[in-house]
Amino acid sequence: MNLSGWGNYPQIDSESIGLDKKQALLDWIDDKDEVIAFGNGRSYGDSALSQHVVLCRPHNYFLGFDEVSGLLHVQAGVLLSEILEVFVKRGWFLEVTPGTRLITVGGAIASDVHGKNHHQAGCFSNSVKSFQLMLPDGKIVNCSQSENHELFNATCGGMGLTGIILDAEISLTKINSAFIDQQTIKTANLRETFEAFEKYQDVTYSVAWMDCLARGDNLGRGLLMVGEFCDDGNLYYQVKRKPGVPFSFPGFALNSWSIRAFNALYYGRASASRQKVDIESFFYPLDAIADWNRIYGRKGFVQYQFVLPRASSFEGLREILKVISDEGKGSFLAVLKLCGAENENLLSFPLEGYSLALDFKIEPGVFDLINLLDQRVLHHGGRIYLAKDARVSQAVFEKGYASVDQFRDIRQHYKMNHKFNSLQSRRVGI
Amino acid sequence: MSMVLIVGARSDIAKAVARKYAGEGYDLYLAARQAESLQELAADIEIRSQRKVAFGELDILDFESHQKFYESLPEKPIGVISAVGYLGSQEEAQTSFDEAQKITNTNYLGITSLFDTIANDFESRGSGFMVGISSVAGDRGRKSNYCYGAAKAAFSVYLSGLRNRLNDTNVQVLTVKPGFVATSMTEGMDLPAKLTAQPEQVADDIFHAQQKGKNVIYSKWIWRWIMLIIKHIPEWRFKGMSL
Ligand SMILES: Cc1cc2nc3c(=O)[nH]c(=O)nc-3n(C[C@H](O)[C@H](O)[C@H](O)COP(=O)(O)OP(=O)(O)OC[C@H]3O[C@@H](n4cnc5c(N)ncnc54)[C@H](O)[C@@H]3O)c2cc1C
Ligand SMILES: NC(=O)c1ccc[n+]([C@@H]2O[C@H](COP(=O)([O-])OP(=O)(O)OC[C@H]3O[C@@H](n4cnc5c(N)ncnc54)[C@H](OP(=O)(O)O)[C@@H]3O)[C@@H](O)[C@H]2O)c1
Repeated sequence: MNLSGWGNYPQIDSESIGLDKKQALLDWIDDKDEVIAFGNGRSYGDSALSQHVVLCRPHNYFLGFDEVSGLLHVQAGVLLSEILEVFVKRGWFLEVTPGTRLITVGGAIASDVHGKNHHQAGCFSNSVKSFQLMLPDGKIVNCSQSENHELFNATCGGMGLTGIILDAEISLTKINSAFIDQQTIKTANLRETFEAFEKYQDVTYSVAWMDCLARGDNLGRGLLMVGEFCDDGNLYYQVKRKPGVPFSFPGFALNSWSIRAFNALYYGRASASRQKVDIESFFYPLDAIADWNRIYGRKGFVQYQFVLPRASSFEGLREILKVISDEGKGSFLAVLKLCGAENENLLSFPLEGYSLALDFKIEPGVFDLINLLDQRVLHHGGRIYLAKDARVSQAVFEKGYASVDQFRDIRQHYKMNHKFNSLQSRRVGI
Repeated sequence: MSMVLIVGARSDIAKAVARKYAGEGYDLYLAARQAESLQELAADIEIRSQRKVAFGELDILDFESHQKFYESLPEKPIGVISAVGYLGSQEEAQTSFDEAQKITNTNYLGITSLFDTIANDFESRGSGFMVGISSVAGDRGRKSNYCYGAAKAAFSVYLSGLRNRLNDTNVQVLTVKPGFVATSMTEGMDLPAKLTAQPEQVADDIFHAQQKGKNVIYSKWIWRWIMLIIKHIPEWRFKGMSL
C-alpha cells in the first residue's frame, strides 16, 4: 500500500501487517530488516515510513483504569481522541497533549510529544509510568524509570527505532471543567511577543501564532494564546463531525500572496480578548478541518520545527523570520512556543528556549531555503524536531543532539539497527 | 436493563458497533465462535463505557443450537445486531459445493435461523429492533463474488419480508448494506479510499439509522447511488462488464 506521513511527502509503497496479529506478526517480522511502527501517520515526514510497516491502530484495547489514581492502561494503537471521548466527561484529561488528538499513544511516546504546557509539565514521557516494548528478537520487556531505564530513555523520543511499543500505562490528570479560560494577547513585533511569553509564564497553557510574512517593524508580530481549565464543573464534551477538505487543492492555490493576505487578515481581525472556549478549539483547532493537509496540493508540504536555547532565541528567531519573510515562502501556520527544561531521554526534542514550527509547500527552491534555515538554527545552538521532518541531513541533525552516539550504541547492542529502520533513520544515520 | 445482543462479535464492524452502543449507554451481550477470545474486547468496552458486557459462544452454522442459545441468555435483549458474514472464495464455490454451502449457510440460512427465534420473541413482547448486516454485493450478481452476493441478496429479501411481517408490531427491522469497509474481510484488497468506510463510520451509521427507525441504509451513503446506477445497467450490457 501507498503510505505517507501527514505532509504527503515523501510517499512509499510499503508492505504492512497489523499489530493485532500476534503470532503471524512475529513470523512476518522475523526475516525483515526494514521494519518500522506506523501509528496514525500524523508525523509530517518519513519517521513512520519504511518498506515494511507494522500498523498499530488495530491494537487498540483499553486494558485498565484506576479511578483513584487516574492511571490508564491501554494498547499502543489507542488514539488520544479515544481517551478524551471516554474520560473528559468523567473529569480526566491528558497530562500532555500535542496540537492534534488524532495520534496514537505509541506515536506520542515515540516522538515524546510536547504540548502547550511543556514549560510546566514537560513531555509526554512524564505521564508514562511504564510500557511494554517488543525487541528485534520478539522478546517483550517492561520499561519504566526503574525497570530497563536505559530502554525507557531511548524509546521515549526514539522514533520507533528501539522496537514496537505494545501497551502503556499513562497518568491522566483531574479536571473540573471541559472548558478553558482563554486570553488572547496581540503583539506588534518579536520583542513584544517574547515579553508576553515571559509575562504569562505562570499560566499552564500557552502558545503563539506568528505572522511569518510580516516584515520590517512588524516582524515577529503575533497572537499569544494562554489558558487555564475553568472550575465550573461543566464536563460536557462532544466532538462534532466536521466538514473536511474534499480534494487536494491545485498547486497554485497557495502562494505567497494568498498566505500573506490570510495572515494579515487573521492578525487584523483578532483582538486582545478573554473568553471561555472548549477543549477542541483551544487544544485542537486544526482537527476541526479533516484532511486540512490537502490544501497544500498533491505534491504535499514539509513542516519545519526547531528549538533554540533561551539565550540565543531572540537573535536567532529574528534572523530566521527575516530570511523567511524576505523569501516570501511562509505558511498559514507558524507556531511559537516557550519550552521548559530538557529531559533525560536521548532524542527528545524540547530544550529550554523558543520553538517555532512552520509549513512549507513543496515547490522549487524550498529545500534550499530550509537548508539556509538549518544553518541559522545550528549557529544559535538549536535542533530540529524529527517528528516533523522529511529532509534534514545527518550532519545538521547530529549537531543538535548530543546523545546521539549513546542512542546508536543502544541500537547496536540490541541489534535494533538490523530490524527497525525508517527512511528517516537511514537518512540521519541513526 | 437494556441489553443489546451482538452476533458475530469478533468482526471488526461488530467491534465498532459494540463500542458505539455501549458508549450510548446500552449493556451488551457479545456472541461469537471462540468466545473466550472476547474477554479483552469485553474488558475494553467496560472500561470505556462503564456498561455491563457479557459474552458467550455461538456458531451460526450450528442451527440446532440457536433456540437454546437464545433461551440461555441471562436476560432478553431489547435488540439484536448481526455482523456474521463469510466472503469465501468464489472460485472455490464454483467447484466445491461445500464452500458454496458454507457461504450460503453463514450469510443467509444460519442467521435467519437465529433471527426467526428472536423475531418470534420480539413479536410476542411487542418490541425490539433487529439489525442485519447484508451487503451491496446482494444488489446485483457479479462474477467475482456471486455466491456470496446471492446469499446476501437472500438475506436482504428475508429482512424485507420480516419487516413487512412485523410492521404492525413495535419491532423495527433494519437492513444495512455496507459498500467497502476496511476490515479483516477486505485486508490486502486494494480498495478505493474515497469509497471505503472505516468500521467506526459504519457503526455510527447503524446506530443513528436504528435510533431513527430507518428500514434500509447504505454505508457510506454514496453506495445507495452507486448501486442505483449499477442496478439500472441493462442486463445485455451488464453481462459483458467487469465490475
Ligand atoms: C496538526 C498536528 C499538530 C501537531 N502538534 C504537535 C505538537 O503540538 N507537539 C508535538 O510534539 N507534536 C505535534 N505533532 C506531531 C505528532 O504529535 C507526532 O508526529 C506523533 O508522533 C504522531 O503520532 P502517530 O500516532 O500519528 O504516529 P506516526 O506518525 O505514525 O509515527 C510517528 C513515530 O512514532 C513511531 N511509532 C508509532 N507507533 C509506535 C509504536 N507502537 N511503537 C514504537 N514506535 C511507534 C513511528 O515509528 C514514528 O517514528 C502534530 C501533528 C499534527 C498533524
Ligand atoms: N468488509 C466489507 O467490505 C464488507 C462489505 C459489505 C458487507 N460486509 C459485511 O459486514 C459484516 C461484518 O464483516 P467484517 O467486514 O467486519 O468482516 P469480518 O471481520 O470477517 O467479520 C465476519 C464475522 O463473521 C463471523 N462468522 C463467520 N462464520 C461464523 C459462524 N459460523 N458463526 C459465527 N460467526 C461467524 C466471523 O467470526 P470469526 O471471527 O470467528 O471468524 C467474523 O467475526 C459481514 O456480514 C460482512 O459480510 C462487509
